[in-house]
Amino acid sequence: MSALDTRIGKPWKKPPFVQRAWLRWALILGFAAYLVAAYMTIDVNWARVYEGLERGKQFVLAFTSPDFTSRSSDIWEGMIESIIMTVASSVVGIIISIPIALGAARNIAPLPIYLICRAIIAVSRALQEIIVAILLVAIFGFGPLAGFLTLSFATIGFLSKLLAEDIESMDRVQAEAIKASGAKWTQWINYGVQPQVMPRLIGLSIYRVDINFRESAILGLVGAGGIGATLNTAFDRYEYDTAAAILLMIILIVMALEYISGIIRERVQ
Amino acid sequence: MPVKDLKGQQVWQRRTSRESLGHWVMWLIGVAIFAYCWQQISEATTWFFVWDAPRIANDIWTRATPPRWEYITQLGKPIWDTLNIATLGTFFALILAVPVAFLAARNTTPSKFFIRPIALLIIVSTRSINSLIWALLLIAIIGPGVFAGVIAIAIRSIGFCAKLLYEAIEEIDETQVEAITATGASRWQVMAYGIVPQILPAFAGIAVFRWDINIRESTVLGLVGAGGIGLQLSSSLNVLAWPQVSLILLVILAAVVISEWVSAKVRGAII
Repeated sequence: MSALDTRIGKPWKKPPFVQRAWLRWALILGFAAYLVAAYMTIDVNWARVYEGLERGKQFVLAFTSPDFTSRSSDIWEGMIESIIMTVASSVVGIIISIPIALGAARNIAPLPIYLICRAIIAVSRALQEIIVAILLVAIFGFGPLAGFLTLSFATIGFLSKLLAEDIESMDRVQAEAIKASGAKWTQWINYGVQPQVMPRLIGLSIYRVDINFRESAILGLVGAGGIGATLNTAFDRYEYDTAAAILLMIILIVMALEYISGIIRERVQ
Repeated sequence: MPVKDLKGQQVWQRRTSRESLGHWVMWLIGVAIFAYCWQQISEATTWFFVWDAPRIANDIWTRATPPRWEYITQLGKPIWDTLNIATLGTFFALILAVPVAFLAARNTTPSKFFIRPIALLIIVSTRSINSLIWALLLIAIIGPGVFAGVIAIAIRSIGFCAKLLYEAIEEIDETQVEAITATGASRWQVMAYGIVPQILPAFAGIAVFRWDINIRESTVLGLVGAGGIGLQLSSSLNVLAWPQVSLILLVILAAVVISEWVSAKVRGAII
């Protein structure tokens, strides 16, 4: 009753998102101080930016009249190479990541194997695609092979981690029922575990194909094959209409892949 | 149930013969596509370099170790720049993503047929182009430097943040919105008191999650000249200073691990 008495007659105020007052103010002040510090250390050449606005306008206008024709053979070759790298690396990456995912699931693998597989996943996730690509280009030379290896390596970290989490959260009962019927280890995996994680595996794989295609578009910047090299050249020569054409193609392919993956994921789940 | 007759005994099978034929054909097509792709890659590869790879890798390894530790004194400013690119980029992206998300969500968009498709187009097009490509473009437009990196990260993040945010908006509890509406609140008041409190935790989670990703991405933006530690990386690579490269890679690795740890902690505290 007393709680109500103290409230009556006072206007209601929205409760703040961060409950503790000192923490709230510390966060606000700290962020403001950080913004000031960051602004002081970034030197923006506003004259250069102003000059660039004209070029920016040209680029936006280039999207209304993209030029697919004058560099069509370069664009075509780059796109095909990107798609080939995407397909090959997705296939190899998925095939390799399935055993690693089995090894990284604590309810299936013994501790030593679990630790090794988790370490592989951690390394693959911590290194960025583009850095891996630089190293692999230095080692294997220019060309799509370096890009293919990079994307396969990145696929392993992504897919194994998410698949292993799905395996760890599966229903034990079904797997045990299969085991009780006298199944071998491979049969146990095939009939007890695989049906439970298959929808998730398919969904993740398609999502990863999508990511691999997007990443393959930048690997060309460091010489690892794909459309990136063509795009980089187009920017360097200020050929915005060609660049716009390439970007539009990338956006369209990504949209198509997302649409297809949406349909497939709905069907398997 | 598919069964097979085996010496007068009925044996259970997983698929009917027609199904297994279909599977077999699908696998055949898949393998054929992969073989074609592999052949194309193999044609474009100089195999001599590949057979030589272990020696080269070993050579690079001996050159890169030990890292040149004293070089770390020159990495302070680049790391600060990288942090700024990621943080300011996320900040601007969130400012731009909130209106886009409200325009894209089915239950808050002012017009389903005109404005929602435009908002969705913004989301898809900013999301599908990598931040390195945005950086290339912005460097051509506004010149190299940290500012181009900030804008590149901001544009790339709009789509990601707006997509997650509009999904969160579509999943809100409508009864609360109705309760606020019933008190006679205006459109903006409904938003501020009915919708925003429900999506605030999701918003904070998205912000920190994207910040973590942006730290990763901003470490390599310098490769195309957009500031940050990537600039040091590319200049060290250009002069083949492998001990410096290995040190920079270690620093980047540490930055990524720390940012992932921070974001996991903060998200754990929010949710």
